[in-house]
Amino acid sequence: MKNFGYTLVEERLIDYDKNERRVLDYLKQYEPSVNQCVACGSCTATCPAGDYSGFNIREVHTFLRRGEIHHLKTEIRKCMFCGKCQLVCPRGVNMRNLILSLHSAIERLGI
Amino acid sequence: MDGRVIIIGGGMAGLSAAISLSEMGIAVTVLEKEPVTGGHVRNWDRLFPNRRKSGEVISFLNEKLDGIDIRFKANITGIRRNGDFTVTLDDHKEIHGNAILLATGYDLFPAVKKEEYGYDIYDKVITSAELEEMFRLGTMAEFIHTPPRRIAFVHCVGSRDEKVGNLYCSKVCCVTGVKQAIEMKELYPKSEIFNFYMDLRMFDRHFEEMYFEAQKDWGINFIRGRVSECSENADKSVVVKLEDTLTGRPMKITVDLLVLLVGMVPRPGTEALALMLGIPVSDDRFLLPADEHTQANSSNPEGVFLAGAVKGPACITSTIADGRAAAMQVAVFLNNKSSQA
Repeated sequence: MKNFGYTLVEERLIDYDKNERRVLDYLKQYEPSVNQCVACGSCTATCPAGDYSGFNIREVHTFLRRGEIHHLKTEIRKCMFCGKCQLVCPRGVNMRNLILSLHSAIERLGI
Repeated sequence: MDGRVIIIGGGMAGLSAAISLSEMGIAVTVLEKEPVTGGHVRNWDRLFPNRRKSGEVISFLNEKLDGIDIRFKANITGIRRNGDFTVTLDDHKEIHGNAILLATGYDLFPAVKKEEYGYDIYDKVITSAELEEMFRLGTMAEFIHTPPRRIAFVHCVGSRDEKVGNLYCSKVCCVTGVKQAIEMKELYPKSEIFNFYMDLRMFDRHFEEMYFEAQKDWGINFIRGRVSECSENADKSVVVKLEDTLTGRPMKITVDLLVLLVGMVPRPGTEALALMLGIPVSDDRFLLPADEHTQANSSNPEGVFLAGAVKGPACITSTIADGRAAAMQVAVFLNNKSSQA
């Protein structure tokens, strides 16, 4: 086949064969409603912390699902546990326990 | 009532129309090109959204076919209009009718046209129809020797794609992908399952609930992005490349089985029949009814009626309903005709 020289820039690539999925596996165990997200963004749109800190829980979660957790630790500290995200979630994701579980995942897995 | 209706096609649309007409006391001849009736539904194992056996739907129709004239392996060579209709078959038999109902359905999109997905090139790239057949025949273990670690489904193969000339949505592939993902997870509980989609169009009753169930109870992963290309590893696993559009990043993932959710395309044979009868063909190459909203079963040449996926992608539920609706329109037409005579 003709080689058109198409390559992916390594640092932007999500390599699902190599990435870190232990946090997600932990989360699936302690807050299984994490699976119910459809990435609608209602949580982020309603997040008061997001207004001041740029916290985007929808994005954090999407990256986490792909095993991309580089900013996870610093990002989830921005949550104030007000629970507005949980009030608006159309799929019934237990957001507060999700973030609490992320904190404990980071601690227990030593990330 | 006087008259005979010629129904071309013995799938869901043709059979449900034939049964309704017959129940109204109208004589019917069904022309089926295969040696059996049931159409594409025969190739299914279980149906969305409740995963009941497809055979149950087929038996429901088959049990009502007593006394209906069905011609199997019927190949139409010509249709003459002489006030009424005379259909000629390749065995030179002629069938006379006062109305004609086209219920010839659809073909599956030929997946080889999307060469970048590697169908017919890589061993572990199959279509959703082939997967369904393996479910039905119980032959999965012959094809998959060791439990797959990862299975992925590609949505919109041959649909919503200008590059293959099909701008339309095939409707049923989204929910088929969800159904088959659940069924694969059931068969291989340790596997990770992915669906790569552009949008998930859960348009009908209990579809969205099935999507929810797939996420909640089965842990199926849904990743938004259209697969750009695939390649094969030495161990026959398939490397899939796409953009994960929700993170805005390119993504690479290796899977043991890639299932292409192929859409529906118009049948070339239908176009030939449309030409003989003077039925207009729409820009999507499916047939155009007299009015898409209000006269969806009638066609502009008088006495010609349409039902089912011959007018574009449709699921079983709406196809059966459409066949019955067409039967009603045909009956009204014949009734008016005989009262005028």
